[in-house]
Amino acid sequence: MDLPLFRHNRRDRSVAFKEYRSEGGFEALKRAITGMTPAEVQQTVIDSGLRGRGGAGFPTGKKWSFVPRDLPGPRWIICNCDEMEPGTYKDRVLLEHNPYSLIEGMTLACYALGVRHGFIFIRKGYEQAAENLARAIDEAKKEGFLGERILGSEHSIDIDLHLSAGRYICGEETALINALEGKRPNPRQKPPFPAVKGLWAGPTVVNNVETLANIPGILARGAAWFKGLAMNPEGAGSKLFCVSGSVKDRACVELPIGIPLGDIIDGPCGGMRLGKRFKACIPGGASTQFLTAEHLKVPMDYDPVAKVGSRLGSGGIIVFDQDHCLVEATLNLITFFARESCGWCTPCREGLPYVREILTRIETGYGKEDDIAILREHIKYLNYSFCALAPGAMAPLDGLLRHFEDEVREHIVKKKCPLKK
Amino acid sequence: MISEALKKSLTERVAGAITPREAAVDVMKELQAHYGWLTDEAVAEAASLLGLSPLQVEELATFYEMIYRRPVGKKVIHVCDSISCWCADCDGIIEHLKKRLGVELGGTTADGMYTLLPCACMGRCGDSPAMSVGGTPYGHLTPHLVDEILEKERRA
Repeated sequence: MDLPLFRHNRRDRSVAFKEYRSEGGFEALKRAITGMTPAEVQQTVIDSGLRGRGGAGFPTGKKWSFVPRDLPGPRWIICNCDEMEPGTYKDRVLLEHNPYSLIEGMTLACYALGVRHGFIFIRKGYEQAAENLARAIDEAKKEGFLGERILGSEHSIDIDLHLSAGRYICGEETALINALEGKRPNPRQKPPFPAVKGLWAGPTVVNNVETLANIPGILARGAAWFKGLAMNPEGAGSKLFCVSGSVKDRACVELPIGIPLGDIIDGPCGGMRLGKRFKACIPGGASTQFLTAEHLKVPMDYDPVAKVGSRLGSGGIIVFDQDHCLVEATLNLITFFARESCGWCTPCREGLPYVREILTRIETGYGKEDDIAILREHIKYLNYSFCALAPGAMAPLDGLLRHFEDEVREHIVKKKCPLKK
Repeated sequence: MISEALKKSLTERVAGAITPREAAVDVMKELQAHYGWLTDEAVAEAASLLGLSPLQVEELATFYEMIYRRPVGKKVIHVCDSISCWCADCDGIIEHLKKRLGVELGGTTADGMYTLLPCACMGRCGDSPAMSVGGTPYGHLTPHLVDEILEKERRA
């Protein structure tokens, strides 16, 4: 199957500009700028059914449509390459192999929305990706695909890089906007939504790397083609799945959206590691609920995964085996979220360390039966936080209590971790 | 004190920004590279360059993982302890690093070479367990490989 995102990949190096061009790269941009109106570009993206690949899965074209057409002053597009969700590394792999799809996709998005200036917000630690992008921007400018008067048209579009200094909250779209403005990256109150009042108070669209990298393929080959890539009837496109944990080959792979979970693990990942049995996995990065062996046939697409109580999220699949203690795994996840809380609101700042404390007690044999009820209460209360960080943190805990309550209780009854010798 | 050349390049970076404070992270990173960490003097200099108060710079500096408001060693080791690395026994790697360097997490080696810090997910989950040394990422760590990397980085 001809999947769009990794089609330009070379085995262990970044594709060269010339190669990208000779394989049809920048043709979609050329066609759009010379023969399509911005509204037509936007409509094609709406028709394609593309949903945001950052985690929330909101329809991309619809998100674009929230930007008012008639507001005066500059408007902005920001590419979110913060990618600090544990278990997620697809954007890095994509950019290390091919920065051009993002540049082309982002330029197309700017064209569709009448944006003159885009930013790529890159997390610290992704220096190789940033280097690739800087080179790709220069090359695209030299060849007339970016910069002043693109391909001789009246449209001018610039893209700048912003290298961050590392904090998970910077991936939240309003916190990211604050970070880019040089303010402390706390999330902002919504509404107003960024589409109306975002970066420097202008209309702003924040899209993920993988989302934008899909745009050239959609424009080149059409919305129907993109829809047809999916394995399930309601799906659209391919998806980058980055697998880690207890599989033989931990890999970032592009597969049709809607592929069953088990087929990802047994196919490109070569199955479980020797002697290990599948116990559970987190399907979409740290802020998603555990899935169990009964879910291996679930199509990996937004709605089917939501239907079984989890989220497709970023597509970062973390696989656990029979020797992994899921209380300890959840404790690890909560520790991450507690450390990364920006401290802006009380439920998150106070609630996460308390949940961490209770899980530590349970894991080390000091848990009480009441602790399970207290944890359940926190899953409820932490939904009242200012942004999605705390509810995201509660997702694996919710999954733990839903599918593995017996394992939690065993810790309490035996006064020790049953998986520790 | 920073050199006139560095001051000029930072002033240009600030002038080229859409608003001065957009350049805040870049300025802090440059000053940190100059001093080795973001000293009080650097905070004051950043504030003056960005047209902010030192407190406004401070609230940014203390927010970010990669800005150090305390002295650090010549190279900082960020060792990932997030879930994918946990699956790959990062705890064992962290214990090995602590033993080998003779420091706890947050500590700096006696010779001032390394500071050992835990970090949020590095985005190298496919290569776990992972760490970065002085900004260079390393994956598929084993105790033996860690020793080799420490030796190589010490000489580099």
